[in-house]
Amino acid sequence: MARPDARWSARALEAAVWIAPAIVAGMFLWLLGDLLARGVAAFLPREADAFDFGAAIELGRNIVAFLTSAPERAGRGGGIAPILVSTGLILAVCIAAALPFGLGTALFLSEFVPLRSRFGTLVRRSLDVLAGVPSIVFGLFGNALFCRLLGLRFSILSGGLTLACMVLPLLIRTAEESFRAVPISQRHAAAAAGFSQWSTVFRIVLPQAAPGLVAGLILGIGRALAETAALIFTSGYVDRMPGSLLDSGRALSIHIYDLSMNVPGGNAHAYASALVLIVLLVLINAAARWSTMRLLHGQERRA
Amino acid sequence: MIDLDRRDRTGRSADEANAAAALSVTGLTVRYGESIALRDVTLDFPARSITAVIGPSGCGKTTLLSCLNRLTDLIPSCRVEGQVRLGDTAIHDSRTDVVALRRRVGMIFQRPTPFPFSIRRNLELPLREHGGLDKTEIAARIEQTLREIGLWDEVRDRLDRPAPTLSGGQQQRLCLARALALRPEVILLDEPCGALDPISAGVVEDLILNLRERYTIVIVTHNLGQAKRLADRVALLWSDGRGGTLIEHGSTAQVFDAPRDELTAAYVSGRLG
Amino acid sequence: MWWRNCRLFRLRSATRDRMLIGTSRALACVSALVVVLIVAFLIGESAPALARVGPVRFFTDESWHPTADASAGSFGLVPTLVGTLLTSAGAIALAGGLGILSAAFTRFYAPRRLAGWYALMVELMAGVPSVVYGLWGLMVLVPLIAAVRPPGASLLAGIVVLALMILPTVALLADAAFAAVPRDCVTAAAALGLTRGASVFRVVVPAARSGLFTAVVLASARALGETMAVLMVCGNVVRIPRGVFDPVRTLTATIALEMGYARGDHRAALFVCGLVLLAAVTILVATAHAAGRGRPHGTT
Repeated sequence: MARPDARWSARALEAAVWIAPAIVAGMFLWLLGDLLARGVAAFLPREADAFDFGAAIELGRNIVAFLTSAPERAGRGGGIAPILVSTGLILAVCIAAALPFGLGTALFLSEFVPLRSRFGTLVRRSLDVLAGVPSIVFGLFGNALFCRLLGLRFSILSGGLTLACMVLPLLIRTAEESFRAVPISQRHAAAAAGFSQWSTVFRIVLPQAAPGLVAGLILGIGRALAETAALIFTSGYVDRMPGSLLDSGRALSIHIYDLSMNVPGGNAHAYASALVLIVLLVLINAAARWSTMRLLHGQERRA
Repeated sequence: MIDLDRRDRTGRSADEANAAAALSVTGLTVRYGESIALRDVTLDFPARSITAVIGPSGCGKTTLLSCLNRLTDLIPSCRVEGQVRLGDTAIHDSRTDVVALRRRVGMIFQRPTPFPFSIRRNLELPLREHGGLDKTEIAARIEQTLREIGLWDEVRDRLDRPAPTLSGGQQQRLCLARALALRPEVILLDEPCGALDPISAGVVEDLILNLRERYTIVIVTHNLGQAKRLADRVALLWSDGRGGTLIEHGSTAQVFDAPRDELTAAYVSGRLG
Repeated sequence: MWWRNCRLFRLRSATRDRMLIGTSRALACVSALVVVLIVAFLIGESAPALARVGPVRFFTDESWHPTADASAGSFGLVPTLVGTLLTSAGAIALAGGLGILSAAFTRFYAPRRLAGWYALMVELMAGVPSVVYGLWGLMVLVPLIAAVRPPGASLLAGIVVLALMILPTVALLADAAFAAVPRDCVTAAAALGLTRGASVFRVVVPAARSGLFTAVVLASARALGETMAVLMVCGNVVRIPRGVFDPVRTLTATIALEMGYARGDHRAALFVCGLVLLAAVTILVATAHAAGRGRPHGTT
């Protein structure tokens, strides 16, 4: 008895509600499948006709070789060891630079500033804008400030510092949430017991916020690991093992880009590197969840 | 004049349909997963009267109401056994058209639930979805229903303003209008004045009394005074830890003044509950 | 512990408190200044181009062949701007609809377990780096499109890859918008005899419209700023495309490709591109925030 066209359009939408996720899932699983297939294929031994124990050992050896040797012939051969080292160093610089500013700002916003303060709002607004800046613009900024003005040239240091600026809003947001998650009653109790602000922060708030802080940190690392555009002209392209932080170094994501776009015949290794990158991200995510649970349980046991 | 006295799907006119509509519940048992919410309830709701379902919190009053319009379908873990009939239609039968059922049985909730749209859209939406009326008929139905509810004069100039800007009492009356616009046979009210101030509650209660002439009304209420004021018949539900059961039912006078069960006597006198 | 004896811990607690507050305030100031620095550097580095090339020429010059000396080259940004707009608009058109339907799927239609798996998959999609999307697009999508119509690296490839990338953003924010609609509305709609489709698409979706708008706007901001994936699949030809199978180039790709060797006014022109990008994204994000704050989309 309902209006025929009303029923029809509702029916069409109900069908679409099932078709849309099917399309999305299909595309993504296609992508994932392709990545896994070609990625693993890049490691498989050449002459394997049957996947027996010998082939499995060969596969393992290929993977280890890939992870521990230097690239040859512009990356068509060899491995990614120097690249992994560079990536690690860039991330280390990023975290070392971002952590103090992130924690300090989050602490300031959650503990020392009333919610409606003008300065606090100003800081938050500027961080909101910072969070929206496209990564390529960070690259431009990093190039202008770190590479040119500060004279660091294309280096791991420049790349790491640029990434630090990028992950800063994320770190601050997760850290502030972790701090705010500690109930205000705890702070009141500490004040009533005569604790100074210093003691309240370091003995009460920080330990309880630790799981969230660690999770946020790991999230930031994951975000930085996936980043490419900000590094292209800050940390450079050199695929040799870096000797110092001032040396140019190539990050894993840039290696993938270079192999697939600029190096003919580099596709297999591009896929292999992409697989390594994805595995690293999965491990990082798992580490985040695991550490959060460990720390939470640790807290519960001690309580 | 537009003829609003339409024939429904079975060819009966609204009056005949109304006269026939009475709800009857037989052996109703409702489970949510493992726990039993209602145990073996048998009860009749006569046509054109107000039946109040009373009892303390958690005894299954809302569950009983939800069975009468199959709102239990929305809860995945809910299983319903027994028979519920509306007139000669078995409600929980799998062949029953739920959409048509819910047009015949309207429900008002404790907290007013207007849609966050304009007043006009709140009333138009269900009318358009159920179909059968063109634009002018819909507009006329809206005006007629709002007049019945007594809201017409209050909102005629603000039909396109958002419904949530109305006061709580007005919102609840709007929800009532929304259900009445569909010309139901039964109206279910789940503590309709629970969230309202006393004056608005009084207005809504007067409204309910006026509706008794044409609808079968079931009202769940905590408020014994309200049950006494409004209801023709009263049913007392009570939970004994193993689900809610029907303790006693009968006319208001009988249940309140000469209860047969001592639990009833204790509850209506305020000693328990 | 040994460090408890050091000077820091022997200070009076009031002094320690002042140090703590002071240090954290200083750190907060620096963090707040980063975005100011970015804008300052962008303006500073692009000033030569704005002065010597002039904003008008960016629109009127015939083509994009920039040189270190402004007078020698041409700096027409219009094809690149069109490329950016078309890829983003196309991606939003795809991802907006698919994302909102996905959110409706997980919230109102899918059985619990399926909804859980699907939501997990969307989370994974959000975590995949843009180079990996670009790699797949380059190796799988582009040859596929090339089989239909060469060259393959095209506007269409860019739109598809970009849509995949911003879909998790839309789905997540749309889900939050749906969550903000009170449950009562859905129950009331059901009690009025509305079918599930009518409840979802005629009640919940209109009720959530400001949240959905925010979702789409924020996702377009992301689309505008995306570099690597579009760079890898769009073909990078600076020309206004005549159809979806033509190659395009976006602003982001221009910057990424040319920064490596740009000098002088060319480099400054790239900073102008960066400035335009930043302005566009900031306007979009501000719009989204304003829309989100304006109308409360539930009952009062």
